[in-house]
Amino acid sequence: MKKFWAMMLSLVMALSLLAGCGDSGSGSTGSSQDSGNASDGAKVVKIGVFEPQTGDNGAGGKQEILGMQYANTVQPTVEIGGETYEVKLEIVDNRTTAENGPSAAAELMNRDVSIVLGSYGSGVSIAGGKVFEEAGVPAIGVTCTNPQVTSDYDCYFRICFLDPFQGTVLANYAYNELGVTTAYTLAMLGSDYDQGLVHYFKEAFEALGGTVVSEDFPEGSANFVSYINNAKSAGAGVIFAPVSTNYAQLIIEAAAAQGFEGSLLGSDTWDNNMVLESTQGKAINLDITTFYQEGGNADFDSGIKEWINANADAKTNNGGNDMISAVTAMGYDAYFTALEAIKAAGSTDPAAVKAALPSVSYEGVSGLIEFDDIGDAKRDAAYIKTANTETGAWDFVKVQGVN
Amino acid sequence: MREILPYIINGISVGGQYALIAIGYTLVYGILRLINFAHGDVFMVAGLVMVYATTALPMYIALPLVLAVTVLLGFLIERVAYKPLRNAPRMSVMISAIGVSYLIQNLAFYITGGVPQPVSTPIPWISNNVVVLGVSTKRVTLITPVLTILLVAVLVYLIKKTKIGMAMRAAAKDFEAAQLMGIKINSVISFTFVIGSFLAAVGAMLYFTNYPSVAITSGGMPGLKAFVAAVFGGIGSIPGAVVGAFIIGLCEELIKGIGYTTFSDAFTFALLIAVLCVKPTGLFGEKVTDKV
Amino acid sequence: MTMKKKQTIFMAAVLLLLLAASIAVDAALPSYHIAVKVIEKATVYALVAVSMNLLNGFTGLFSLGQAGFMLLGAYAYGILTIPVAKRESVYQYFDGGAIHFSLPEIFAGFLGEGVGSTVGMLAALLVGGLLAAVFAYLIGLPVLRLKSDYLAIATLGFAEILKAFFQWNALGPLTNGSNLLKSYPAFENATAYVLLAGVLITFIVLLINSTYGRAFKAIRDDEVAAEAMGINLAKHKRMSFVISSFFAGIGGGMLAMYAGTIAAAPFKSTMTYEILLIVVIGGIGSITGSILASFLYIFSSEWLLRGLDSGTFLGINAPGIFKNGFRMAVFSVIIMVIVLFFRKGIMGDKELPDLLNRRPKQRKKGGAVK
Repeated sequence: MKKFWAMMLSLVMALSLLAGCGDSGSGSTGSSQDSGNASDGAKVVKIGVFEPQTGDNGAGGKQEILGMQYANTVQPTVEIGGETYEVKLEIVDNRTTAENGPSAAAELMNRDVSIVLGSYGSGVSIAGGKVFEEAGVPAIGVTCTNPQVTSDYDCYFRICFLDPFQGTVLANYAYNELGVTTAYTLAMLGSDYDQGLVHYFKEAFEALGGTVVSEDFPEGSANFVSYINNAKSAGAGVIFAPVSTNYAQLIIEAAAAQGFEGSLLGSDTWDNNMVLESTQGKAINLDITTFYQEGGNADFDSGIKEWINANADAKTNNGGNDMISAVTAMGYDAYFTALEAIKAAGSTDPAAVKAALPSVSYEGVSGLIEFDDIGDAKRDAAYIKTANTETGAWDFVKVQGVN
Repeated sequence: MREILPYIINGISVGGQYALIAIGYTLVYGILRLINFAHGDVFMVAGLVMVYATTALPMYIALPLVLAVTVLLGFLIERVAYKPLRNAPRMSVMISAIGVSYLIQNLAFYITGGVPQPVSTPIPWISNNVVVLGVSTKRVTLITPVLTILLVAVLVYLIKKTKIGMAMRAAAKDFEAAQLMGIKINSVISFTFVIGSFLAAVGAMLYFTNYPSVAITSGGMPGLKAFVAAVFGGIGSIPGAVVGAFIIGLCEELIKGIGYTTFSDAFTFALLIAVLCVKPTGLFGEKVTDKV
Repeated sequence: MTMKKKQTIFMAAVLLLLLAASIAVDAALPSYHIAVKVIEKATVYALVAVSMNLLNGFTGLFSLGQAGFMLLGAYAYGILTIPVAKRESVYQYFDGGAIHFSLPEIFAGFLGEGVGSTVGMLAALLVGGLLAAVFAYLIGLPVLRLKSDYLAIATLGFAEILKAFFQWNALGPLTNGSNLLKSYPAFENATAYVLLAGVLITFIVLLINSTYGRAFKAIRDDEVAAEAMGINLAKHKRMSFVISSFFAGIGGGMLAMYAGTIAAAPFKSTMTYEILLIVVIGGIGSITGSILASFLYIFSSEWLLRGLDSGTFLGINAPGIFKNGFRMAVFSVIIMVIVLFFRKGIMGDKELPDLLNRRPKQRKKGGAVK
């Protein structure tokens, strides 16, 4: 009997292998690169979405996808060479970590996408980038801020600003605008995003003549009380913590409980409704840099809010309310940038789209998007916002450049 | 003194939270010789239930509901995942425990969508800020150790003086002999899980008032550290678990205070390995031959 | 005896068939095809699962340190193979890092480009394995005295400590701190993965069928009896631990190769649990089972069951149920069912050739005499 089961299972396994191969066969022959006829006759162009929906960055990735999905409802078709194509988003979960990146990227290639959007984090983007490069499919990084995503791969472009830029902007703001000479930085161990920003912040802040005290916390920490106390005893005027949303909330809570009187400085990950919510009614100062300022584009704001409120799943993914995160706006812009490239290419062929991408210029809700030689967005200014603890909204402070 | 006072207050509070979880480990281990890997996740579920219940229901219904749901979960885990394996090798039971932990986390992910759930309506009064000796902190920080000691006193009374407590002690001493003496071993074990889950639920309420965000991995670290505390104090011993928890909580915060934040977690595990190798029975543990 | 011969031939045929299949896949499909990627990953997991099975299934030592040893192997591989020219950009915060050579480049210097870099990559994998083995030896000195669950929790703790060290900024010039290691060379096709993992797994099989393997099994079945029969417990346990870690280290290096970037963060207890559950699905004490389960698990989770997460599965369109996380929820339920009701997993402690034999009872007798 045992043997029988074992045989059966091996058989199933073998069959699944076969099924896989059969599947791939039809995938490569059935839909050729340039036509992709859907059954109802409408032509389809596929945009791949390479984002984490599970794992540590799952929450951020989902918010980014929301922007793309909304953009897809706003503009569901695209004109290519005089014909109307339906745009279809192919969403694949890369589970945040690098070892799940290649297969997720390969799955997108299997679905014959013309261009890829994502990912949220840099590590998994680099892991997927290798597959995109081999397949010759262009990718637009939405919020992966590590410089090496684009410098290592020809196919990778990016519409957000980079770690060096953001770190420097925040250092300038803290030193010049807040008038602080001692800063305390807090980053998660093992997060290259956190550590990268802290590195550049420290470099710039010390160049201005300030002093920086840096500490790390292990993954999974919930208790930030001692860190806040360390910042207080170091005499820090600001706490710079470019951490993910979950930790941001906990740091705000601890800072409020410990009566920290200086300012908290956050990066683009803090531009999130859940962070904002946790500041409400608390005696803290919070300033952040971000790509996008809510209220900057009234049409987009009201449109996406209406869409999120009408769509229960979207609302859950957005953390249960309709405040718009910067990453959502970036996702929206990434979608339209991709459409521009497809239009300019006049074809759904990935190679043509890739060739057209460097010269794309698109005025998005987060500002003008153009690429430089490496494939990075030309951005020289970030929005600085401060949390209004009474109204529970972001107040615009200024546009800050590197100088 | 003023310098280290905040770290000490915080450390004691953290210790109290670990203690409430550690008791769950130590009780179960005492009877079943099983590390209940899922205990940390039970703790996390209690936090999630609290988030959902307190937003939908008034406080006086929500909090008892959290206790009830958590206790039920603990009971069910034992009945479904551990009871059928009572005569299986220990490795199978432990794998089952890891499987349960995996299952709870994945289900929680499916339900929450992987988004950390903020505690939007914290328990009033205890979440307010107070100033003690010139140090600002939340009231729950001060209440946690007091409540912990109180609950432990009740628990010790329960185990020393009541009939079910006697049955638990008997089962911990000799599982089979206790069965032969007519103790309904299954109900004793269930009762153990109920107590453990109840304390974990209380711990979760305090913990997630202090750190008001519940992620699906929120149970992992506190769970592991509480387990280390239980081993450090001598697994199977309730006072040991409590003392161990307070020591670990204090050490952890003091290590952060002197600037070795990178190793605040690693320290806990180093302590575990050191204790296991040098004095496996821990501070208060009884000598049991089959441990090492 | 003839039975054994038949089994050997059968096994060799199966292995050749697998190799031929992977060569065919490589020839027919581009390197970025999902089938290639999934085969690569499943192969790596198979190697690691087999190494864990050697320890947990054949020697009966319940260790949860696998992720830690994989971490060592992965880092060793990355550190030793990043091309010198790329070091400046990889170690961007640490002035190019402390190490200024690259094994593939050194070997390429006197063996020629193609052969040399392959030898260099293999050497780096080997160093990773040896490093893991050395660490296992050192950790084993105190830890292997512990039993079952204590051993489990101690090895788990060790893996966590290791992770903290690798993320420590003070070691940054070597490990790049919390930042990624990348730009290192990797095998170009699935066949290379299958070939290497196949050779290594064959080693493990040979080991298990040797005197040492029989000693391991004796320790698993009854320590006291094994000791009475003259088996040196401490020595054999340590040996099993060190060898298992060696292969886990190489597996870690191969995983790094597959992923393209290395960070310490993913090597946490979840990864160990995942591998443990693969071993359980395959059957504790069956090499074939672990391999089958790895392929089954990776193929379904990375490829075939993706629909469970994205709305449509088997043509059923139910976005309300088939949403994110459903795939993993279904997996964990299946795993619990296996743990509770099919404790033997797919293969129990049988191997594939055992299936040739029609009468299992007789086979058992023969096995005992053999």
